[in-house]
Amino acid sequence: MNTFVVLVEDHPGVLTRVSGLIRRRGFNIDSITVGHTETAGVSRMTIAVEADEFGARRIEANLYKLIEVLRVDNVTRRPSIFRELCILKVKTTPETRAQIFQLASVYRARIIDVSPESLVIEITGNEDKVQSLIDVLDPYGIVEMARTGRLAMLRGTGTASKPPEDEQDFGAAKAEEDLISHSV
Amino acid sequence: MKKTGAQILWESLVREGVTCVFGYPGGAILPAYDAMLDYPIRHILVRHEQGATHMADGYARATGQVGVAIATSGPGATNMVTGIATAMMDSVPIVCITGQVGSKAIGSDAFQETDITGITLPVTKHNYLVTRPEDVARVVREAFYVARSGRPGPVLIDITKDCQQSSCEFVWPDAPKLRGYRPSHTPSSREVEQALDLIHSAKRPIILAGRGIQLSNAREAVLKFAEQANVPIATTLLGLGAIPASHPLNLGMMGMHGEAWVNTAIQEADLLLAFGMRFDDRVTGNVKTYAPNAKKIHIDIDPAELNKNVRVDVGLIGDLRETLEGLLPRIEACDRTDWVSYISMLKGDSAVRDIQNLPDNGHLYAAHVINDLWRETRDRETIVVTDVGQHQMWEAQYYKHEEPRSLITSGGLGTMGFALPAAIGAKVARPDAEVWVVVGDGGFQMTMCELATIAQEGIDINIAIINNGFLGMVRQWQEFFYERRYAATPLVNPDFCKLTESFGLKAMRVETRGDVVPAVREARRHQGTVLIDFRVEQEDSVYPMVPAGNDLHNMIRRPSAIVETGADA
Repeated sequence: MNTFVVLVEDHPGVLTRVSGLIRRRGFNIDSITVGHTETAGVSRMTIAVEADEFGARRIEANLYKLIEVLRVDNVTRRPSIFRELCILKVKTTPETRAQIFQLASVYRARIIDVSPESLVIEITGNEDKVQSLIDVLDPYGIVEMARTGRLAMLRGTGTASKPPEDEQDFGAAKAEEDLISHSV
Repeated sequence: MKKTGAQILWESLVREGVTCVFGYPGGAILPAYDAMLDYPIRHILVRHEQGATHMADGYARATGQVGVAIATSGPGATNMVTGIATAMMDSVPIVCITGQVGSKAIGSDAFQETDITGITLPVTKHNYLVTRPEDVARVVREAFYVARSGRPGPVLIDITKDCQQSSCEFVWPDAPKLRGYRPSHTPSSREVEQALDLIHSAKRPIILAGRGIQLSNAREAVLKFAEQANVPIATTLLGLGAIPASHPLNLGMMGMHGEAWVNTAIQEADLLLAFGMRFDDRVTGNVKTYAPNAKKIHIDIDPAELNKNVRVDVGLIGDLRETLEGLLPRIEACDRTDWVSYISMLKGDSAVRDIQNLPDNGHLYAAHVINDLWRETRDRETIVVTDVGQHQMWEAQYYKHEEPRSLITSGGLGTMGFALPAAIGAKVARPDAEVWVVVGDGGFQMTMCELATIAQEGIDINIAIINNGFLGMVRQWQEFFYERRYAATPLVNPDFCKLTESFGLKAMRVETRGDVVPAVREARRHQGTVLIDFRVEQEDSVYPMVPAGNDLHNMIRRPSAIVETGADA
């Protein structure tokens, strides 16, 4: 699975352009999340796509063909933090409530709503952790579930979240500085 | 001074150097048509919006300038999609302008509403929906910049009716600044060094010359490179004319209907130099067995083309002419006499099978028609515009193109119905040049309504229908691969001569080889458009042929039976 962090102009229809481009090049999008960034007018997408190394390079190069795409980083093989948020509604009875509370605390999940017959639990973490909690709670009966999909950020001081800085350099790319991998 | 969105549109187009547009009016674009009368713009009224896009395309291919097509919303806009996709596949700079329903009505399934920006998303380089007159000038400026820069392509501008009608202050914006758009690239020095090493150590190199040569005006640079390093050149279909057919290093066309010696040379090469081409499957055949012993160097302006179809050893991303000019001072002279003479030996074997070497057996073959047309029109600059199918391949094989932009053909998308309207666009762009349409009887009927445009606008071109009464290329596939079961390929045609005459144009019919030259001469003498209906052998096939997906060197050769009997086997 490849994870791309993509910075785009915050224009209507950009999500369609990006997702449509990846789909029509024959790749399936596993997860896509979009939100604002610290820079006004720039949105950040985290896109998870199943592809081999060549496929990942093709996706990256093709994304750069979109005029509204400012920057693409494939963070898959770089030290990165992956997170998603999941909200679960689980059936409870007076007998099971305490057990579920206990499981939630093992996963450092939070109980955000309580009713006589159900609990709503919020968890953040990488997909494995989220999936693990889901598997554990499944026997109690999951009534409803909402997941955000993957978010990614590089560890340390490196960023994938700055649009190109030099205003003068718009429209030209030198291979040395270029983020696209050219040769095999 | 305040102007309406419609006025700003034309003002901006004029400032972009547009003198002619191809279009068809309708409700949602009416304000723009009304304003057009006050601007120095020639408008060619087409008979179908697909024709308008192909005309803009032909205009752009003939000159390198941006062609412009205009249509109304809904059906007008959707009729343009084929022409836009054609331009996208062949990297042709066109700008298509469509009317859109009022911005308040968008999304209500209003009369003649379609989401044309949504529909054309995959087949445009970029597209715009404009709803405020304040945005019109900037968008037009950006659209032309995007269409013509980097790897060229089609851009669509959809303008709502209320945007055309309402007014604002006209401001011509500064040069566009698009921070996410990178039209120019420079190859890295490391990759240049790797490329030079491969070039100098190669024993059997071959240049694969594509349309990028025409797009970056790299003809001189390619020839210098080839001569300096002594490397033979094979061209793609869209690369024909990019370098002179008569150049001693030019082998001719490669690929599915390329000559056998060209494909064999590619398969036996130890280095492929891909210049502005994209390893289309019609060029490579089976990629698993394609040029198995060759290192590959790919020069292209579009980073997404590298390693797309064929994995390359070195990729140089940049403008072809600039990149080659950077390499040239460092290209050492190499002696490749053995390699070049080996290819000549292969060529000798193929030439003996060529239909042109046969005595006249009374039958009219398409190859004869094309060859005679070439001989007759060599004396002046001629643009040949072809449609798609057998005649297109015969044209590519038998018409010897010396000049860039002298062959206009739909390569990537293979759009039937392209030729007639594209030729109109080419003639409007280059009134000085002689323009010939070479078209099959099938494709001609897809856009033959544009004969009316020719008549109304007084366009002077000549049309050669290669009429074999079949959808010939499909019939050929049925013959080779479907046991001659001719499902839906025989055509019942109209009388093309009477049809042409009904538009007030001249027409002739030719049925024997001896009548080809007199008819061509007559058409060239005649002022105005002439159509010649060439009745050729019905079940003739295009040879050589690499069946789709086969190895490039496993070709169906020209049947030797032709050589022995002088008749089609």
